[in-house]
Amino acid sequence: MSPVIQQKGEKFTFTSKYLLFILTILCTVLMILCYTTSFMGSALNYAVGFIVTPFEKGISETGYYLANRTEQIATIKDLLAQNEELQARVDELTTENTLLQQDKYELISLRELYNLDNEYSSYEMTGARVIARDAGNWYSTFVIDKGSSDGIEVDMNVMAGGGLVGRVTAVGAHWARVKSIIEDDSNVSAQILSNSDTLIVSGSLEMYADGVIPFSQLVDSDDEVHLGDKVVTSNISDKYLPGILIGYIDSISADTNNITKSGTVTPAVDFEHISDVLVIMKLKPGTDD
Amino acid sequence: MKKVIVAVLMVWIVFILQSSVFSRINIGGIVPNLMIILTACFGFMEGELAGLLVGFGCGMLMDVFFGSFNGFYALIYMYLGYMNGKFCNVFYPEDVKLPLALIISTDLLYGISCYVFLFLLRGRFDMGFYVGHVIAPEIIVTMIMTLLVYPVILFIHNKVYVTDRQQ
Repeated sequence: MSPVIQQKGEKFTFTSKYLLFILTILCTVLMILCYTTSFMGSALNYAVGFIVTPFEKGISETGYYLANRTEQIATIKDLLAQNEELQARVDELTTENTLLQQDKYELISLRELYNLDNEYSSYEMTGARVIARDAGNWYSTFVIDKGSSDGIEVDMNVMAGGGLVGRVTAVGAHWARVKSIIEDDSNVSAQILSNSDTLIVSGSLEMYADGVIPFSQLVDSDDEVHLGDKVVTSNISDKYLPGILIGYIDSISADTNNITKSGTVTPAVDFEHISDVLVIMKLKPGTDD
Repeated sequence: MKKVIVAVLMVWIVFILQSSVFSRINIGGIVPNLMIILTACFGFMEGELAGLLVGFGCGMLMDVFFGSFNGFYALIYMYLGYMNGKFCNVFYPEDVKLPLALIISTDLLYGISCYVFLFLLRGRFDMGFYVGHVIAPEIIVTMIMTLLVYPVILFIHNKVYVTDRQQ
C-alpha cells in the first residue's frame, strides 16, 4: 500500500488518511491563529451557540434539580447541626452588625466628603445563570446564559456571592464563556486590603484539591500581613476592576530569596456550587486598544 | 444520509448532556467523559472515517465552549477516533472486553495528552498528582459510565448502521 503503487494501479479514493491530514492542518492553523491574533472564531461561536445553548439552558435546569435533590438528602443531618451553630452566630452577628451600622454612617459621610465611588457596589451588574460547565476534569471554565445581545463583552469581570469568580473570555449571541480564577493558567494581580501590598494570585489545579489558591510575589517587608487578611483585586491589574474581593489569606511563608512571600488564599466564592453569577457591565478603563 | 444525521444528533446530545447534566451530578468531583466513549465507539464500530469525524465534531464543540485555543481538543479527539478505527476489523459486538479495553486506553491517552500539552509544558511536573487526582479517577468513572452507555450505542449501531450494510 505504498503511495507509488496506488498511483499506478488504483484510482484516487478519498480515504480517511487524507481527511485526517487535512483536518490536522486545519486545527493547527486555527490554534496558531488563536494564539497569535485576537481571532477567537467568533463566527463559529455564534453559529454553534444557536444550536446548543437553548437546549443546554433547559437541560441544566434538570441537572440543577437532580444535583440539589442528592445534596438535600446527603446534608439534612449536617444542616441540623449547622442550624444550631448558626443560631448562635446570628446573635453574635446582630451585635456586631449594630456596631458596623454605626461605622457605616460614619463611612458614608466620609465618603461623601472625599467623593469616593470606587466601591464595587456602585458598578452596574447583570445577573446570569450558569448553563454548562467544562466537560472535562482539567479546567473549571463555565458557560452563562447571557451574551453580546445582553451587552456582555470579552474581559468583563464576573462575581458570585460577593467574591471574584473570573472574567469573560468568549461571547456568543446568547452565551458567554467565563474563565475562573482557580483555573490552572489564570493569574490575577491582587493586593492586601489593609495595607495595599500587591501580590499575584495564580490558579492551580493541584492546590485547589485542598480548596485554596496559591499566591506569590508578596512584598511584605514590615510583616504586616496576617492570616485572614482580605485579598482584593489590585488597581494595577489590566483586566480586573480594583477592589473586588478574592478571598482571605490562608497561609503565608517567606520565599527563599527573603524578599518576597508566598502562600495560599481561601477563595470567597464556592466554586463547586456556582449557579448564578453577576457580570460587571464595565470594562477596566484602558484595556480597549 | 441517515447515518450522518444519527451521528450528528448523537454528538449533539452527548455534548449537551455532558456539559449540563453530568458536570453537575459528578461522582466525587470527577466527571465521566462521555465524548471519549462516543468517539471511541464510532471508531471501532464504524471505522476510521467515522471515528475521525465524530472525534472532530466532539472536539470542536469542546473548543468553542471550553477551550483556550480553537482546534486543540478537535485535534486530540480526531486522532483518538482515528486510532480506534484501526480496531474496526477485530470488533465483534458480542464481545464486551475489547470495547471496554479500548475505551479505557483511549481515555488514558486523552488524559495523558491533556496533561502533557496543557500542564507539563507550563512547568507542572508533579505527574503523580495529576495521574492520581484527575486521569485515574476519570478513567474509573468513565468505565462505569461505559457499562451503562455502551449497550445504548450498540443498539443504535445495530439499528442504524448494520442493517444498511446487510441490505
